[in-house]
Amino acid sequence: MSALAQPRKWEQVFWPLLAGALLLLLWNYSVVWTKTKVFPSPLAVERGIAELSRKGLMWAYIGDSLRRVALGFGAAAVVGIPLGLTLGWYPRVNQIVNPVLQILRPISPIAWIPVAILLFGVGELTPVFLIFLSALFPIVLSCVSGVSNVPSIYRRAGRNFGLSAPGLLARVVFPAALPQILVGLRIALGIAWLVMVAAEMIAVDSGLGYLVIDARNSGKRYDLVVGAMLTIGLIGLALDLGFRRLRDIRSVRWGFRDES
Amino acid sequence: MLAGAVTLETKLSARNVHMTFTRDGKSTPVLNDVNLDVAKGEFLCIVGPSGCGKSTLLSAVGGFLAPTGGEIRIDGEAVRGPDPRRIFVFQERGVFPWLTVEGNIEFGLFKLPKAERATRIAHYIKMVGLVGFEKAYPAELSGGMKQRLEVARALAVKPDMLLLDEPFGALDSITRLIMRGELLRIWREERNTVIFVTHDIDEAVQLADRVAVMSGRPANIQKIVNIDIAHPRDLSSPRYLELRNGILEQLGLAHQI
Amino acid sequence: MLSRLGGWVRPIAFVVLLLAAWQFAVSRSSTHLLPGPWETLGGVADLVRHGLLLKYITASLFRVTWGFALAAVLAIPLGLFIGWHRRAEMAFNPLIQIFRPISPLAWIPIAILWFGVGDLSSIFLIFLSCLFPLLLTAINAVQRIPSVYVNAGRNFGLSEAAVVWRVLYPAVLPQLITGLRITLGVAWIVVVAAEMIAVNSGLGFLIVDARNAGNRYDLVVAGMAIIGVIGLLLDYGMRSLEQSKSLRWDYSED
Repeated sequence: MSALAQPRKWEQVFWPLLAGALLLLLWNYSVVWTKTKVFPSPLAVERGIAELSRKGLMWAYIGDSLRRVALGFGAAAVVGIPLGLTLGWYPRVNQIVNPVLQILRPISPIAWIPVAILLFGVGELTPVFLIFLSALFPIVLSCVSGVSNVPSIYRRAGRNFGLSAPGLLARVVFPAALPQILVGLRIALGIAWLVMVAAEMIAVDSGLGYLVIDARNSGKRYDLVVGAMLTIGLIGLALDLGFRRLRDIRSVRWGFRDES
Repeated sequence: MLAGAVTLETKLSARNVHMTFTRDGKSTPVLNDVNLDVAKGEFLCIVGPSGCGKSTLLSAVGGFLAPTGGEIRIDGEAVRGPDPRRIFVFQERGVFPWLTVEGNIEFGLFKLPKAERATRIAHYIKMVGLVGFEKAYPAELSGGMKQRLEVARALAVKPDMLLLDEPFGALDSITRLIMRGELLRIWREERNTVIFVTHDIDEAVQLADRVAVMSGRPANIQKIVNIDIAHPRDLSSPRYLELRNGILEQLGLAHQI
Repeated sequence: MLSRLGGWVRPIAFVVLLLAAWQFAVSRSSTHLLPGPWETLGGVADLVRHGLLLKYITASLFRVTWGFALAAVLAIPLGLFIGWHRRAEMAFNPLIQIFRPISPLAWIPIAILWFGVGDLSSIFLIFLSCLFPLLLTAINAVQRIPSVYVNAGRNFGLSEAAVVWRVLYPAVLPQLITGLRITLGVAWIVVVAAEMIAVNSGLGFLIVDARNAGNRYDLVVAGMAIIGVIGLLLDYGMRSLEQSKSLRWDYSED
């Protein structure tokens, strides 16, 4: 946008590395200068994580967190996509159901914790349920939106060639809505990852979220706290990037032409 | 040689068709007592100014809209809804972007056994001139190519009638000229009955056997002009210009700028 | 006029149906812990009687407003700058992408370390949860400006600063407002979590405390219901801002 010269290719790697390096330096020297005994330096974090990996705990925790997200997100997709498609297909039903969804949506998953514990007890199911709930709404809403945004011209063509309602839904509406459904899934995955951390802080005794709280509570191991946070950030990023690759599949790529 | 229809069998018969749209309590009459007969194998163009209701009429013929009055019969049967025997061709945005060229053409062929499908697809790809692009997606095609794809998709189900609603409207004028020639070539091979809606009077006179001139809203058919020039039509011949100017005058337009 | 009222009848009827089903399910269950809608209403009434309802709502709104406003004041100018300068975007985008997936809750130990226990920590968490979405909204808004607008500005001889003020700013405004609305919704969701850090007022506090100090699930669900309704009202409020005429030029697809 600014009128400066076009950046070169090597700059794509140079600038982020520079910014990252500066951040690390800033971090390191603030720790050194303030002589804090508690906040870890970057090296301390790296050592802490290495120690945890050697004990095998790091990978176990990562596995637990990923598993819970997979279950919760998977369940949300399995329930949410058909539900969203149905609501999008029958706008009059959607008019009735939508206000309820809009009221339930702002209720933080944290607020659902007491109810979840009541229903599922303290254990694996509670975090999975919380993840499921929080991923459900973006999926349903994006399906509804995707279906109603299908240009009527496609539906007309489908009917013209003799398709009945189920055929129309499967062969025209669903493929046409797919790009938007994928966007909803990606956003839901991001939310699921966030909520996983929250859910693990409360109701279980393993996983990355649990590590964040436990490291502090049982020994003020802030090096592990920060290490866990960075791991959470990196894995969350990896999940998001992986999902974005789906955009390149040719039968949906047409829907993402406007994105850079 | 008599252009167009050789048989005089009536394919489409529209009688006293009225169409009124009601929205928020206000009713807008769009079509007012339209009467039209189309012969089998004929190429008929409907011209009129924008918004005069020609697309509405075409949609009614296709079964996408029900007339508020009068009736439309095809082959003697009343039109009740969309039917693969009369395929609507939109401007090229009607092709499905998630399917390849082959996939699009195959779309309507679900009743056909698999073996036959491949031959038919190949046949129509060749006919519209898209050989080599079988696996391409519409996003990779130009406007003209997408239009050909839509025509191929329509023809693949071997419809009796083709209903085209300003199909070349989004193309540049050079491509439009080329596509008109292509359409005529294809029509001569397939001999479907074609109803072609356009606001371009030259286009109508170049393509049609007969031109139905619509009035403004609420519309009916002012006049039907017989284009008695043999194909290939010379666009500077006196008869062409005479017919074209006649239609311009019918629409109240001067032919001098 | 009457027909518009009619449009509300069926959704309301559906809500009533759900409430009835909820009440029925609760009355049939053997454990009497989970409250029905009637008990929940009683919980709300309880809060009103103790003068707590308004106090808690205000406390939560206060924290949200501060955290959200601080984030907006920082993120929007910064984001516009980053979006405008390609190299800045290259430098900062990967960092933002790494920090974004870290749940605000994961910052709790750090928040307590830096700000102690109390209001400041909660506001910090809300600030964090709004910061990254708003940054990304601003960056994205700038990048989506059609280059024809910028080129036209330059064509007419505007200085760089004038281009920013007279082209960039009006062009990004609609998208910024939408982003602000969505982020406000996020902030409202996070406030519940943020209030888990030993504050002693607010709707999130209510939910956690009501359960811990006596299994008052009627208050828990009452808190959830109030959160839902206020979240809805905040969203509607922001939407009407979006609809105001001077901002509507962007919504051609609507």
